[in-house]
Amino acid sequence: MAETLNSLAQAAANAEANLEPPKAAVRMVGLNSWYGDFHALKDISLELPENRISAFIGPSGCGKSTLLRWINRMNDAIPSARAEGTLEIHGKSVLGPATDVVGLRRKVGIVFQKPNPFPKSIYDNVAFGVRLHLKASKAEVDEIVEWALHRAALWEEVKDRLHDSALGLSGGQQQRLCIARAIAVGPEVLLMDEPCSALDPRSTAAVEDLMLELRKSYSIAIVTHNMQQASRVSDYTAYMFMGNLVEFGTTADIFERPKQQETEDYITGRFG
Amino acid sequence: MSSPKKPALLSDKKLMAERRVPLAKRHRKDRLFRFGCQVIASMSAGILAVLLIAIVFEGVGALNANFLSGAPDPDPSKAGMFPAIMGSLWLLVLTMLVALPLGVAAAIVLEEFRPKQKILRRVHAFIQLNITNLSGVPSVVFGILGLTVFVSMFGLFGNERDPLLETGATYVDQFYNQGDFIIEVPIDDPLAPETIPVSGMTVYTHDGVAMELNLLGDDDEWPEEESLAKRSLYSWDLPGRNKERNWWYFRLPFGRGVLAGALTLMLVILPIIIISSQEALRAVPSSLRQASLGLGATPWQTVRRVTLPAAFPGILTGAIIAMSRAIGEAAPLLMIAGIVFITRAPSNLMDDFTAMPLQIYNWAGRPQQEFHDLAASGIIVLLTALLLFNAIAVFLRQKLQKPLS
Repeated sequence: MAETLNSLAQAAANAEANLEPPKAAVRMVGLNSWYGDFHALKDISLELPENRISAFIGPSGCGKSTLLRWINRMNDAIPSARAEGTLEIHGKSVLGPATDVVGLRRKVGIVFQKPNPFPKSIYDNVAFGVRLHLKASKAEVDEIVEWALHRAALWEEVKDRLHDSALGLSGGQQQRLCIARAIAVGPEVLLMDEPCSALDPRSTAAVEDLMLELRKSYSIAIVTHNMQQASRVSDYTAYMFMGNLVEFGTTADIFERPKQQETEDYITGRFG
Repeated sequence: MSSPKKPALLSDKKLMAERRVPLAKRHRKDRLFRFGCQVIASMSAGILAVLLIAIVFEGVGALNANFLSGAPDPDPSKAGMFPAIMGSLWLLVLTMLVALPLGVAAAIVLEEFRPKQKILRRVHAFIQLNITNLSGVPSVVFGILGLTVFVSMFGLFGNERDPLLETGATYVDQFYNQGDFIIEVPIDDPLAPETIPVSGMTVYTHDGVAMELNLLGDDDEWPEEESLAKRSLYSWDLPGRNKERNWWYFRLPFGRGVLAGALTLMLVILPIIIISSQEALRAVPSSLRQASLGLGATPWQTVRRVTLPAAFPGILTGAIIAMSRAIGEAAPLLMIAGIVFITRAPSNLMDDFTAMPLQIYNWAGRPQQEFHDLAASGIIVLLTALLLFNAIAVFLRQKLQKPLS
């Protein structure tokens, strides 16, 4: 009897720990990309789950940023870049010639490694994206700006100086401003390319807390060099090497029970 | 494998002491070099100073209010520079009105909308090369070009005396009657035959006051009363046909007017504006463009809302420098306008004009010393304008300079 109860409890615990994998926000099947003749991404297939944080780790040049930037077609700016394969967001293809890149980038926001606020006021920075896509009255824009700054955990610090230049903020504040700016347009997916690598530890902690909060509303994909950050923050982790996806799974699995030897080597610091 | 032994020159202390280059000599050479550089730099400043002082000495005497507001005159003591100043002003405004939008737009296309296909990229590089070359072309060449393209327009629209299109001109048949009064009759068709006086027709004074014509028979006496004499004509009185131009007078071909001059100057400064605007656009960090595109802006929206505002101080500075260049150009204007005796400011786009450099050249070319002094005064006015522009450019650059990241 005790054994049955025990195993039942164990099963319940297991069921809770291994949550039913949520549906996919971003789906890739056989994704290949090139810069001219250089084969940058080789046959990538994975699914980034809805409302979760997925981290991409791997040594420099393995293709993590390239992969991230194909999700919102930022690579279009590079003339020699091209991609083949399937890349879908909520079922809609991203790579096809019929894709409206402008509309895509409203649904997929991006935050860069070095904070890059516009040389405008804090208010105008956050309102920038809103004004691009929506016809909104001043009151409506005010409302969105306040909401976005609240969600980016920046409101209290800037509410009295909304019309001061954004460049007067500290690095961590600027990055949170960039996050506010990105969520103000109402995206579904948020891409973050090493968002904390230019920040000091305190700002890093603030942004990481923010990410965990934002996960409730957005699907987040983050590229990071910092493995501790990946294990702190992400639900799923992908390890990439030389354009290949070596392994993808829950963060717990990757860090505690990696299936591939290469993954284990990287994580334990044997190289890279 | 063992590494080689330490060289003697580094280990033998006596040898090192013998061979050391004397320190005092090195310091002396350094001081000499620095002094030489300072002398050369001062020389260039000195030459400029000497030139300025010489000009000011020669010209400041003739510089007075009459000089600035009067018209050129055969008598040097009465001659003034007003038409030249106004002509330069007209030219400057017109030139900038055309050159700035064209130049900035060209810079935006060349810098922000670079093509991706191979063939178009070659075209793009070719255009870029040509613009860089054009900025080095002597301005006299643009003068000849302006003459062909803007003044006579390849002869496609007729010539100056018989233009293809003309609007804003009013023709009047002007009578000088026996009492020396002017009577005018407006004409619609310049090719119509001359007006024949008809009794009772409406005629006008020179100021446009309407009156009824009093036609006199061949044998009638000339009326004594002035109000009648003002509007009297004999049937055999003949008019002369005059052309009066409104302020909005326009003609095709342009002829040697101030518009043709401005368009020629535009050719001269367009490469300068394009290149300096491109530099200003290039200075905007690409991280800002990426941020804008990442938020879902189209390339044009990115240019208009992020790149152009950020590049604006640089573009403005470039425009002001281009203006300084335009105001001093003599060669192209010499081809367009030549040396003419102009006594008033231009009154319409096609009007004849003169400019400050031309007036200076005109006076400097005369044999009398008084005119040379006038030329020096003209130079002072021109230099003042140039200094003013440059000062404004520096001031604006300081004031508008803001960090972009």
